[in-house]
Amino acid sequence: MSQPVIDIRDIAFAWKQGPQVLDIPAFRVDAGERVFLRGPSGSGKSTLLGLIAGVLAPQSGTIHVLGQDMSALSPSKRDRLRADHVGVIFQMFNLVPYLSVTGNVLLPLRFSPARRKAAGHDAEGEARRLLARLGLEDAQMLKRRVSDLSVGQQQRVAAARALIGAPELIIADEPTSALDADARDRFIALLSEEVTRTGASLLFVSHDASLAPLFTRAVDLAAVNQVMNRAGALA
Amino acid sequence: MSALLSLAWASLLNRKGSVILTIVAVALSVALFLGVEKARSGAREGFGNTISGTDLIVGAPTGSVNLLLYSVFRMGGATAEVSWPTYEKIASREDVAWTVPIALGDSHRGYRVMGTSPDYFEHYKFGGGQQLTFAQGEPFEDLFDAVIGSEVARELGYTPETPVTLSHGLGAADLGSGHENRPFRIRGILKPTGTPVDRTVHVSLEAITAIHVGWESGAKNPLADTIPEEMIRSFDLTPRTVTAIFVGLERKGTILTTRRAINTNRSEPLMAIIPGEALAELWNVTSVAERALLAVSAFVIAVGLVSILTSILTSLNERRREMSILRATGARPHHIFLLLVFEAGLVGFLGAVLGIVLIHGLIAVLAPLLQAQYGVAFSMGAPGLVDLAVLGAVTAASLVIGAIPALTAMRRSLADGLSVRL
Repeated sequence: MSQPVIDIRDIAFAWKQGPQVLDIPAFRVDAGERVFLRGPSGSGKSTLLGLIAGVLAPQSGTIHVLGQDMSALSPSKRDRLRADHVGVIFQMFNLVPYLSVTGNVLLPLRFSPARRKAAGHDAEGEARRLLARLGLEDAQMLKRRVSDLSVGQQQRVAAARALIGAPELIIADEPTSALDADARDRFIALLSEEVTRTGASLLFVSHDASLAPLFTRAVDLAAVNQVMNRAGALA
Repeated sequence: MSALLSLAWASLLNRKGSVILTIVAVALSVALFLGVEKARSGAREGFGNTISGTDLIVGAPTGSVNLLLYSVFRMGGATAEVSWPTYEKIASREDVAWTVPIALGDSHRGYRVMGTSPDYFEHYKFGGGQQLTFAQGEPFEDLFDAVIGSEVARELGYTPETPVTLSHGLGAADLGSGHENRPFRIRGILKPTGTPVDRTVHVSLEAITAIHVGWESGAKNPLADTIPEEMIRSFDLTPRTVTAIFVGLERKGTILTTRRAINTNRSEPLMAIIPGEALAELWNVTSVAERALLAVSAFVIAVGLVSILTSILTSLNERRREMSILRATGARPHHIFLLLVFEAGLVGFLGAVLGIVLIHGLIAVLAPLLQAQYGVAFSMGAPGLVDLAVLGAVTAASLVIGAIPALTAMRRSLADGLSVRL
């Protein structure tokens, strides 16, 4: 059996002096999987993604990402791991306002020599190819200020940025919540296609349970996060 | 590094409006500082350029700065004079090549009148050895001829042949107490020099004696004006005293011994100064004020630098999202830090460059005017060491100041993680 891309065991996390947000005995994503993680807002989804991306560290437990024990790594090593192997798509306002469309797509390459290498010597061409596959091929559009793009276009630029340099793991935090149903389904289809093509794993988080059939596996955060079960029991 | 620099550049371009204002603030402060510095060194150069080729200036004992100021810069006045026989004694010394005696004390409509010998136009040099040249006319020849500086001619609209009268002392023309019955004729007009020569009316030493016939008691004898001009011309008009003497030596090597010989003259107390030495003494006095002025303009630069700090700090809140995007795409905390430090450094650098361009442009445009009007010669030419030093210091200070918002942004981006709660 192949090595899991994400392997979480017994993690607990609380914000400073706040209540406990996460208590997850076990959660894993295997290579090539496209996992849908459902949870209502405030259920700790974004926190969990922060832990997986290595910008946060759990108070206890272990998180292995691509075989690396995140809790054993220094913050800067975690940053390096994320830069090299993880693409991130946010809910909204994904783009750096002062960079062009291609400038935004190429952004991860500035921080990761590994992904720069993976993108090949013609990084700009690679960015354009990725954008074209995601349905953004209008040369005029590529020159526009990113703030002038529609939300759907912005999210596709963000997807291209997450995909460039072929990272092994893409995490997406409610990337479709601002899109209408048509745009949402098209976005997920295009993203899935690209992820499959590059062989990456996808962890897609949303509160919208109706999206579950579009992925290879769906997980309810409530089922893995013990904190929510306790809260549910109290309520 | 270069990736972050280009990122910082793009970020600044995105906030063009406020960034340009900040750059202008820094530029103005740098221009002010450099302007003060250049005016200072220009004034020194201007003063230094006023007299050259003269080895010693001899006058009655006074402060050496005072002697220099009244003999060369027409500032202040002499308290005592040098007698004519003593002048002749100095002029006939073996080691003395030439002498130019001058007599001061009268004025014409606010401009000082200087009695001197025709040798003055040959031996007086300014600006590193330049000789006086005539724009119009020639040196005085007749007893009642006058040669005026360029500013006198321009301000008063005089041309050769214009009749002028002098007044006694330095006040404005005061009818009845002046020399209005002894009119002079303009014989020559000198080219601009940027020195006090431009503001001087030159006449012969004999003319000074002539207009003071009847003034022997120190005030005007009521009968003075009744002496006809022909009679005055027939008098012995050799001056009895002169105010100061410019001395050129045969050999520069004897300058110290000649000075000692003059300073220890028995028949009459005298004082000889070396112009450059007296100037250095003057700079000692003025350097306090110069330093104060430079300190003030340095504080203005500090204000400019604070405006960089303010503009970046105020932008941080709206840029929280941007920072977490950068973090998510792989930027490490020190990248965030460097990004903001580079932004501050770029603004400081551009501000300083603009300031340097600004002040050099201003000087290029205004220098001829300032030179002619105030005799302040700004040092022109390509940006020098001072400009480079200011450029370096301002850029370095901006980088240091940029560390403040940079640390704030770095800490915040660590606390925010990937999700900014907007």
